[in-house]
Amino acid sequence: PAFAGKIGLGRAALPAEIAAWDGDISPDGTGLPVGSGDALIGEEIFADKCAACHGDFAEGIGNWPKLAGGADTLNHDDPLKTVGSYWPHLTTAFDYIKRSMPYGNAGSLSDDEVYAIVAYILYSNDLIEDDFVLSNETFFDVEMPNAGGFIIDDRAETEYALWTGEPCMANCKDDVVVTMRALVLDVTPDQVEPA
Amino acid sequence: MSDNENDTVGSRRAFLSGAVAAGAGALTTSVAAAQTADPLITEIQPWAQEFGDGVDAARYGLPSEHEGDVIRRNVEWLTADTVSSINFTPIHALDGTITPQGCAFERHHSGAIDLKKDDYRLMIHGLVDTPLVFSYADLERFPRENHVYFCECAANTGMEWAGAQLNGAQFTHGMIHNMEYTGVPLRTLLEEAGFDTAGDLTGKWVYVEGADASSNGRSIPMEKALDDVLVAFKANGEALRKEHGYPVRLVVPGWEGNLWVKWIRRIEVTDGPVESREETSKYTDTLDDGTSRKWTWAMDAKSVVTSPSPQAPIKHGTGPLVITGLAWSGRGAINRVDVSKDGGKSWETARLAKPGEKMALTRFYLDTNWDGSEMMLQSRAMDDTGYVQPTKTQLREVRGLNSIYHNNCIQTWLVRSNGEAENVEVS
Repeated sequence: PAFAGKIGLGRAALPAEIAAWDGDISPDGTGLPVGSGDALIGEEIFADKCAACHGDFAEGIGNWPKLAGGADTLNHDDPLKTVGSYWPHLTTAFDYIKRSMPYGNAGSLSDDEVYAIVAYILYSNDLIEDDFVLSNETFFDVEMPNAGGFIIDDRAETEYALWTGEPCMANCKDDVVVTMRALVLDVTPDQVEPA
Repeated sequence: MSDNENDTVGSRRAFLSGAVAAGAGALTTSVAAAQTADPLITEIQPWAQEFGDGVDAARYGLPSEHEGDVIRRNVEWLTADTVSSINFTPIHALDGTITPQGCAFERHHSGAIDLKKDDYRLMIHGLVDTPLVFSYADLERFPRENHVYFCECAANTGMEWAGAQLNGAQFTHGMIHNMEYTGVPLRTLLEEAGFDTAGDLTGKWVYVEGADASSNGRSIPMEKALDDVLVAFKANGEALRKEHGYPVRLVVPGWEGNLWVKWIRRIEVTDGPVESREETSKYTDTLDDGTSRKWTWAMDAKSVVTSPSPQAPIKHGTGPLVITGLAWSGRGAINRVDVSKDGGKSWETARLAKPGEKMALTRFYLDTNWDGSEMMLQSRAMDDTGYVQPTKTQLREVRGLNSIYHNNCIQTWLVRSNGEAENVEVS
């Protein structure tokens, strides 16, 4: 390399700058701010700021994400994957809502509001009682049903051995039959014609 | 064929009316004779007589208006709105490997933001010796590299898990683009901030996020961060397009597109993964038994015939036919593509336009003579790790139907004797 060691570009980041942008919360709670809220407060905030898309009961409206429901559906056809049924860590819910919600007005919620909204989503998923106060102190009292439902990418063990080596080139099957056709569904946008 | 002299002007109408198929008879082995002189040749055309546009007509040009179908397309029903949504590259109409930026697919989670270079800041902090802030101008002063890589959305072909659904290569395989990037290795920027604080880098991660409202935060293991990840500011020779992360994006070779954080504003060295929304709720792959894979970063070897295909039917009748397509692998270089015309009963090895490059699109051709009979076209990619692209049946046997992401199955196009093609599944 033309430069050995540092090049000397950039400047030191100030603590206030790091604090302004460093909002991520790790599964062990690192980054979780001090604050609290419960489902009753959360219900009001949710009705005001979230329900137009996510429904009064976090059940989702139209194509907008469902945040509640779907318990024990993950091994079914079309599993319903919600905060309650699927998300492994509650920290992710706090982190994501605080940083990126409400959709179109991200970053506008106070920490206490986020605690209350998360509590309401937990309540909507039947994961807490309505008098449970969610705070940085009680955050890990909540058990996420699918916390143990994830495995690290295992394609190396489960797939590659099956799909390596010289493939068949001739007489690979006796018969080929069309089993599904996209035109039957007819959900593709119309062709655009060149001018 | 007696209408050979009218091929260019008459082929569309002939195709639509089925006249080509009806007229398809014996294969011609020599050049057909014209019956009447072609007025496009015998009469002076306006473009051969009058002026064309002056050099001031287009300060930054767009494609010929006759290429109006070579555009990104949206499929409205896929998402709730267009701001957290996807569109598709018109791969059915492109050739070679470089994707024109103007029709290269977009995937946003809170829209394509407008971020000026003067307003741009990149922060590196966390387990580093000196947390740093870079301006855009700072980034251009670091030593640069150039590399061509594909960016494939993890959800590319995801709508096809349960069956043949969308009718066109653009829609089934078009969440992909391939560009030549100029940028600074992420390693260089991390070294600038210093690693002594982090100490042993084993098990360390970087968390990267964008400047947009969605942030798209993702965790990347340090080994990859120090290997080949680029902080890129140019693509295909010019600045990134707004919708592709202007002025700076992350390029993560071979790995799922979601990790290619656009408008990147922050890189944090951490002890472990953040397990953000985009790596828990999304970009995790649910298997048949209800467990889900996480951190399925690499995109496996994959290919698709781009022409003929549903949006690129055969309009020229029988005889010489170019079957072409794209192949790519996130684990290395493509070194072979096989093509089948009979749904996988038999295969021919196609010709690679150029030797495959690591984690970049590779163009293949099979030059053939079409006798007008029905074909079930497939392509099968192999990469230099020895991996062979699987069928959808093989994938489903391991994963079931609910993985959403990472569908790299062999695609089948049913090409009928009239030249029209359809997305199908076969036994």
